[in-house]
Amino acid sequence: MKDDAGMNRGRRTLVIASACAGGAAAVATAVPFAASMLPSDRAQALGAPVEADISQLAPGEKMTVEWRGQPVWILHRTPEMLEGIKKDDDKVADPKSERKKDELTPAYARNEYRSIKPEYLVVVGICTHLGCSPQDRLKAGPEPFASEWEGGFYCPCHGSLFDLAGRVYKNKPAPDNLRVPPYTYLSQGTILIGEDKKGA
Amino acid sequence: MAAAEKQPVTGAGPFNGLLTWIDQRFPLMENWRTHLTEYYAPKNFNFWYYFGSLALFVLVLQIVTGIFLTMNYKPDAAQAFASVEYIMREVPWGWWIRYMHSTGASFFFICVYLHMFRGLLYGSYRKPRELLWIFGMLIFLCLMAEAFFGYLLPWGQMSYWGAQVIVNLFGAIPLIGPDLAIWIRGDFVVSDATLNRFFAFHVIAVPLVLLALVVAHLLALHEVGSNNPDGVEIKNAKDPKTGRPLDGIPFHPYYTVKDSFGVAVFLVIFAIVVFFAPEGGGYFLEANNFITADPLKTPPHIAPVWYFTPYYSILRATTDEFVVWGLTPAVIAFAALIIWSVKGNRVRIAVGVTAAVLLLGFLTLDAKVWGVVLMGVSVLIFFFMPWLDRSPVKSIRYKGPFTKTAIALFIVSFFVLGYLGTQPVTTGRTVAAQIGTAVYFLFFFLMPWYSKMDRCKPEPPRVTWK
Repeated sequence: MKDDAGMNRGRRTLVIASACAGGAAAVATAVPFAASMLPSDRAQALGAPVEADISQLAPGEKMTVEWRGQPVWILHRTPEMLEGIKKDDDKVADPKSERKKDELTPAYARNEYRSIKPEYLVVVGICTHLGCSPQDRLKAGPEPFASEWEGGFYCPCHGSLFDLAGRVYKNKPAPDNLRVPPYTYLSQGTILIGEDKKGA
Repeated sequence: MAAAEKQPVTGAGPFNGLLTWIDQRFPLMENWRTHLTEYYAPKNFNFWYYFGSLALFVLVLQIVTGIFLTMNYKPDAAQAFASVEYIMREVPWGWWIRYMHSTGASFFFICVYLHMFRGLLYGSYRKPRELLWIFGMLIFLCLMAEAFFGYLLPWGQMSYWGAQVIVNLFGAIPLIGPDLAIWIRGDFVVSDATLNRFFAFHVIAVPLVLLALVVAHLLALHEVGSNNPDGVEIKNAKDPKTGRPLDGIPFHPYYTVKDSFGVAVFLVIFAIVVFFAPEGGGYFLEANNFITADPLKTPPHIAPVWYFTPYYSILRATTDEFVVWGLTPAVIAFAALIIWSVKGNRVRIAVGVTAAVLLLGFLTLDAKVWGVVLMGVSVLIFFFMPWLDRSPVKSIRYKGPFTKTAIALFIVSFFVLGYLGTQPVTTGRTVAAQIGTAVYFLFFFLMPWYSKMDRCKPEPPRVTWK
């Protein structure tokens, strides 16, 4: 403690104070740099809703539209496909879409088929694991990854499986069902993706 | 004045005058001696000691080829893919520069993995070389970042979906994850903004850090001196008159000549790949990356480039069942082992609490989170090697059967995981990857015990010639 002898205490306090002020300024300066990496106004504006014409979509067919840079699938399900979904109930992890429901499943899609009209499935075709786009395995019948298969989607990246309602199978890397985007029927044959009638 | 005290430079013939002039204004000769002519390296370096200098050589190669690639590359989602094809087809010698850069990336990892394996064999991470090892591991992390950012730039299908998957790994972090992923991408999906910033990271930010770390790595090496295949310190036996290590030889000219020979052999192999197999059988350049990025369609089979596949396998192996039947018993057993081995109740309580937190986490968080955690730990665990290895000897030459078996199993698991990471998922392969993951981690986590219990041979007092 003898080292303190002859030290100018006032000067030391000043050095500490200015170092703190300088450090705070340096941290504050980092904020604009970090903020510049957030999505720009233009990127945020590109999230506008898109319309999809489903009048020509035959039963059993699927179409893909781009919304916010992501694939949105619209699948016209046949009565057999809808029957298959019922059989999947005990194979899937979250049959009633109860997990993260505000984020993944709008209120009007919280049913067995996860859709407004049972025949039309509308989901974001991005796996909830790490964001790959799963592939169609729409036909029922044995598959290399599942001996009993009622039709659904297979993610090539990490092997997650989803049924024809976009519900994730148990014990797969993906934790959640495919996301149902906000959507609404503008008419019998047109869907608006990205916007819904609030409170409807 | 210091300049007046310095001796004039001799032995450089007509350049003596010029070098003397410089030396009086800059510590030229001092550095020349400290790092080259009077840096004494052990005389018994073998084959494994080529890869440090080779990694440095590849770094220079990557920087030079990279500079020339940026002259024609366009970091723009609409133009990137086409600009790479432009370099390949229309820029004079563009194909050569680009293939050197893409092949160089893989060879960089080959050199660095062999360099790390050398450290593993001869205990080069042990005291007093802990910090040297840590700088090396930081270089390895930078290299992984550099490879990841660079791989997006050609804007092919693999670039796009690889980046999508890796950025989403950060999205798995609880609470902040999703926002963090958006911040990294600068958009809600991988897009032009992402490509542009990855370009900035790849060509300037990471290389600057990498170069600084290489300097720190070399300074640390020259402070503590090189290890050698016997793992005995050459500083322990010095010439009483000169104070030089008896088993040391000046780095220059002895090892500069040896390393130059290594570079020549390396260049022969490198040229064969660049000219005759630049795609490296689909391992260096993947077929799907010759298709331009399509955000709506994932290729049927995606796999990272080979140097990331062992960690990627670990990520895929972590399923719900693996968390319940693998990780949960492993954490309980490991906590019990530590509590039984250590003295001192404070450590015991800390271990118990950590284990309880982990078990609670296994119950509450998704397997996806633990996959990301395991993948991170599989790389970061290398940092702890200096403290995990409790063997009385450094080199594999004097270590006992436990360590030798453990290293052999670890290398096998590394290759098996690496292979599985390139393949599509099946039930059987997942089980194999889970076994591989277990072996991989047991190598590290049990090291404090098996390295201490092992029956080692006595180290010789001085290095041997083998």
